Amino acid sequence: MNKSLFKKITGNQMFIPLVALLLLAVINLIVDPGFFKVSMNTNNAGNPVLSGYLITILDYGSELAILAMGMTLVTAASGGQDISVGATIAIAGSAMLRVLCGTNPRPEAIQAPIIVAFLVACLVGMLCGAFNGALVSIFKIQPMIATLVLFTAGRSIAAWINVNKLPIVPDPKFAYFGGFIPGIPVPTTVFIVLVCIIVVALVLKFTNLGLYTQAVGINEKSARLNGINPTFIKFLSFVILGLCVAVAALIKVSRLSTINYSVIAKDIEMDAILAVALGGNALSGGKFNMWASVLGAYVIQFLTTTLYKFNVQSDALAAYKAVVVILLVFFSAPKVREYLSAFARRFSSKSKQRESKGEA
Amino acid sequence: MKKVVAILMASLMAFGLVACSKSDSTTTTTAAAGGNDATTTTAAENKDTEGTTAGGGESSGLIKVGIINNDPNESGYRTANDADLQAMFTKENGYDASFSYSLKNDEQIQFAKTFIQNEVDYLLLSAADVAGWDSVLKDAQEAGVKVILFDRTINADPSLYEASIVSDMAKEGQTAVDWLASQNLPEYNIIHIQGMMGSAAQQGRSGALDTKVAAEASWNIVTQQTAEWNAEKAQQIVQSVIDSGAKFNVIYAENDDMAKGAVAALDAAGISHGVGKDVIVMGFDCNKWALEELLKQNWNYDGQCNPFQASYIDAIIKDLEAGKAPAEKTIIMEEKGFDAATIKQEDVDKYGI
Repeated sequence: MNKSLFKKITGNQMFIPLVALLLLAVINLIVDPGFFKVSMNTNNAGNPVLSGYLITILDYGSELAILAMGMTLVTAASGGQDISVGATIAIAGSAMLRVLCGTNPRPEAIQAPIIVAFLVACLVGMLCGAFNGALVSIFKIQPMIATLVLFTAGRSIAAWINVNKLPIVPDPKFAYFGGFIPGIPVPTTVFIVLVCIIVVALVLKFTNLGLYTQAVGINEKSARLNGINPTFIKFLSFVILGLCVAVAALIKVSRLSTINYSVIAKDIEMDAILAVALGGNALSGGKFNMWASVLGAYVIQFLTTTLYKFNVQSDALAAYKAVVVILLVFFSAPKVREYLSAFARRFSSKSKQRESKGEA
Repeated sequence: MKKVVAILMASLMAFGLVACSKSDSTTTTTAAAGGNDATTTTAAENKDTEGTTAGGGESSGLIKVGIINNDPNESGYRTANDADLQAMFTKENGYDASFSYSLKNDEQIQFAKTFIQNEVDYLLLSAADVAGWDSVLKDAQEAGVKVILFDRTINADPSLYEASIVSDMAKEGQTAVDWLASQNLPEYNIIHIQGMMGSAAQQGRSGALDTKVAAEASWNIVTQQTAEWNAEKAQQIVQSVIDSGAKFNVIYAENDDMAKGAVAALDAAGISHGVGKDVIVMGFDCNKWALEELLKQNWNYDGQCNPFQASYIDAIIKDLEAGKAPAEKTIIMEEKGFDAATIKQEDVDKYGI
């Protein structure tokens, strides 16, 4: 009875990210309980805002959480990862700026409504996704190789869209998406993530997307025999990721009302992949748990914020993330798992023996 | 079979990309350069190939120069630098210029070899890395190609190049630190946001501050972090300091982008910044938008990093053509620091990049 409950808990996909989150929380609690303090302040625009480390984590983890959702689908369907998300954020963001600012990098007012710019960015993001998806699903190129094209060329394409200029959006309303809406003290990004989560949850509940994706990921041939079109499902997963990229681009561009093509969302693809892995999803595709990936994304941001708090050099952050990767790889390796489960079995059988002896 | 087809298709696509970027180069040279990691475009060959002798070039023909630069997308500084060179080395000014761009040293060396084979008269070089240039510069010397370094120095024997036109990063840092000291604050609690570690700009700008902080008791570093020229990272670093509740009154960011990121974090936390406010904001590079922030008194200081080397290079080439060697091997460009209290609109227009 006890054992099955234990197994249920450890077997759950949310187990690893939750443990990681708890571990980080406990470490912070021991070192400095002030970590969890959230206070109400006023920003320079005169509006009330919440601030504190926890708010920072929720705020800055948003882009990653949104990307992690799309990346989970791509991983599950194609058994590979999209490494071009950072570069496509630059492309979508650049397209957004082009629509908002026109050809003048320093306009007096925005040239088009924000919603139009966002829709154009969505279209551009989905086109990039479609390009990747076509290479992967139709031409059967390995995802990492196929997305290498945009990974390499993306930032240059982004610069080309705005003819190498770095426009600045003049409208303060545009900054709401990556900041605060006047009167609402919670960062807007939190609401954006919530909307994304609700939309994805509804799609997974009311369509066969989740089921079909898993079927394709587990066995493409048998999925085809059952009437699923694997080419389309893979293609679709990349297009959906493209949409996630556009939303992330909106947040990124809005944070500073401008972007720098060569550094915006740098290395975010690796964090997104790490979030999927932290969520306990097999990077070789198949079954997936979207929410574990989202949790994984926040764990990564929690780790980043914690390290910043401890004044760890920011160029060393990658090394700490590498430690997480090593631990993950280690504990998910079949050999280690076998050994651990054998160890657990021996341990439980011993205790059983002891129990029976006691009864006798 | 399928695999073969896939490979064929992929290579076809790749060729398609290359073809596109080449055919576009007449109208958008920079775009073509950006499309691939590294490309060589000959600006002159795309313009009307029939005689443009009216341009005022020498009767013997144009001076052939090969220019090797870093990718213009790298930063606003580089974009301004490239635009300045493109504007100077035109047929009208008597030059037949070829541009090539790469952020990688080995690719730049390949470009240099190609230029030497093409028998250019001058090789202008902004090297990605300080090392590895000796042998190719010796080749250049033997082939009679004169080399002029701009923007960045290299570790090679000075006899291998005619002149080097550079910014003195240490001096830029010193000017900024001297300005900060002149503010006479009772205490300096500084958030120091560094550029890409190891780059010349980072070393020069950090060095001056580090020395001052070590020497003065009232100067403290609250946090010293590299944001790798990245505004988002700078925003997170400053956010972290704000969350920790530590007190600070100076932000010393080693470029404008990072200063902007830092200011975004200050704004969100309701901390006032600028002239006569709680926090002094300092940036570098003199982007136009940054100087406008100074004009609005939201920032306090911006240090110049002069990207306009073309006129200096032009003067040296003219001298060399006339048979005069440049007076000095290393030419350090004049660079200013702007104070928000004294900056004027003319400065923004003149020095903004």
